[in-house]
Amino acid sequence: MTKLVYPFTEEQVRALHAGESVSITGPIHTGRDKFHKWFADGKPIKVDFRDGAIYHCGPVIVKDADGNWKVVAAGPTTSVRENAYEPAFIAASGVRLVIGKGGMDDATLAAMKKHGAVYIQAVGGAAALSAASVRRVSGVDYLEEFGAAEACWHFDVEGFTGVVAMDSHGRSLFSEVASASKEKLAALLNPPRPSSPALSGLNASTKR
Amino acid sequence: MNPMEEKNSERIALLVRDTSSSLPDDVEAAIRSAAEKEADGSSAQVVLNTILDNVALARANATPLCQDTGTLAFYVDASLRGTVTPASIKSAVARATERGWLRKNCIDSIDGRSYDDNCAEGAPVIHYSNSASGVTLVMKGGGSENMSRQYSLPDSALGAGRDIAGVRKCLLDAVVKTQGYGCAPGILGVCIGGDRATGYEVAKEQLLRRLDDKSPDPRIADLEAQILAEANSLGIGPMGLGGNTTLLGVKIASRPRVPASFFVTVAYMCWACRRRNAAREEFQI
Repeated sequence: MTKLVYPFTEEQVRALHAGESVSITGPIHTGRDKFHKWFADGKPIKVDFRDGAIYHCGPVIVKDADGNWKVVAAGPTTSVRENAYEPAFIAASGVRLVIGKGGMDDATLAAMKKHGAVYIQAVGGAAALSAASVRRVSGVDYLEEFGAAEACWHFDVEGFTGVVAMDSHGRSLFSEVASASKEKLAALLNPPRPSSPALSGLNASTKR
Repeated sequence: MNPMEEKNSERIALLVRDTSSSLPDDVEAAIRSAAEKEADGSSAQVVLNTILDNVALARANATPLCQDTGTLAFYVDASLRGTVTPASIKSAVARATERGWLRKNCIDSIDGRSYDDNCAEGAPVIHYSNSASGVTLVMKGGGSENMSRQYSLPDSALGAGRDIAGVRKCLLDAVVKTQGYGCAPGILGVCIGGDRATGYEVAKEQLLRRLDDKSPDPRIADLEAQILAEANSLGIGPMGLGGNTTLLGVKIASRPRVPASFFVTVAYMCWACRRRNAAREEFQI
């Protein structure tokens, strides 16, 4: 497993390849639908994403007895909803790691190739483990504007596990697996027919 | 609530906690055996091991193993109707939410406001049934529910006719369409036939079955094994990143149909298949 420690430099990120498992340590910032819309509307972004990480996640967070934020569950949410915004966001923000679930489209893949970023698939549903890798919640932005589930939470994570699913060389595991599985399905449903003497005879005679 | 209902309500609250935090042993065993079969160091194996670590951690801490604590469906032995009442179940769900075993996960569909105790008309879902034993709870997240689907045969796009060959095409199509979305490896609950409503009901009920059982109908048992093997040969793998483990189980039932209809209904369940039973003897009657 490849260890990624903040800052995530272009060199470090360009060395990653689809299919590689990674363990992330450093600050990551959550941002999902309302955050991306806010960015697309040209409103000011308070968070510095340069050589950083954005996490598509709507965490469950409570305040403990001492008034500190505590993450109860922090699994990924589906990333495709941000397809329309992500290429421009990658270009403008200098973000290197986009973490989420389910992958993103070709335009995002192209932006990752151009600017040097990767998409990391977090394990969907593994909420207890993701929460446990958050060492500290260092702050939050847009809490009032977006609400707790959509706010921009700042997590310090240690050993957050994921798999590089889209790399900066134009490879997407999702599209590779999707096209390979469709071919396998077609082969399952339409197996090559064993040649039948009667049929080939018929074909032969038709040709004549 | 009377004192008997109170006691039963507390038992149900603990059932909610255990269902939310502890994956059933058969599901965990299936994931473990799948992890051993994936290539060493493959992303498939990393994902499955991450899932297993998460399962152990959630169980040890009694915290939700997935943040989407889902739709709660209770299947209650009808003879418990008098003391495991809807009021006692709702009170248990409200308490479980307060204790952090459930996320605030219940939204009014008209105005979008949250029912912060997860209780409203129709939530949680409660079925009283003579075939239920004790109380069984199933928690099914939205990501998996969004991947459930219903086919109507014949389906010309799939080239699926009104026979078992057509059913097979539907089920494999469902597996291919779910990749990358419903957190794999998953489980298919299937109903062949029935009307549209019972199709979904019966398909979901198949998710109550243990992964190591098989249909008592040998024709269906063969189909279950065939679809499982074929789905896992497609190479979709855990979280759709490639690998040998796309499904952990296929559970099928059939219901009669009218001549004009032939539905094939798939209830897709993600790996976080949270189901748990409390025996009848554990309740006051």
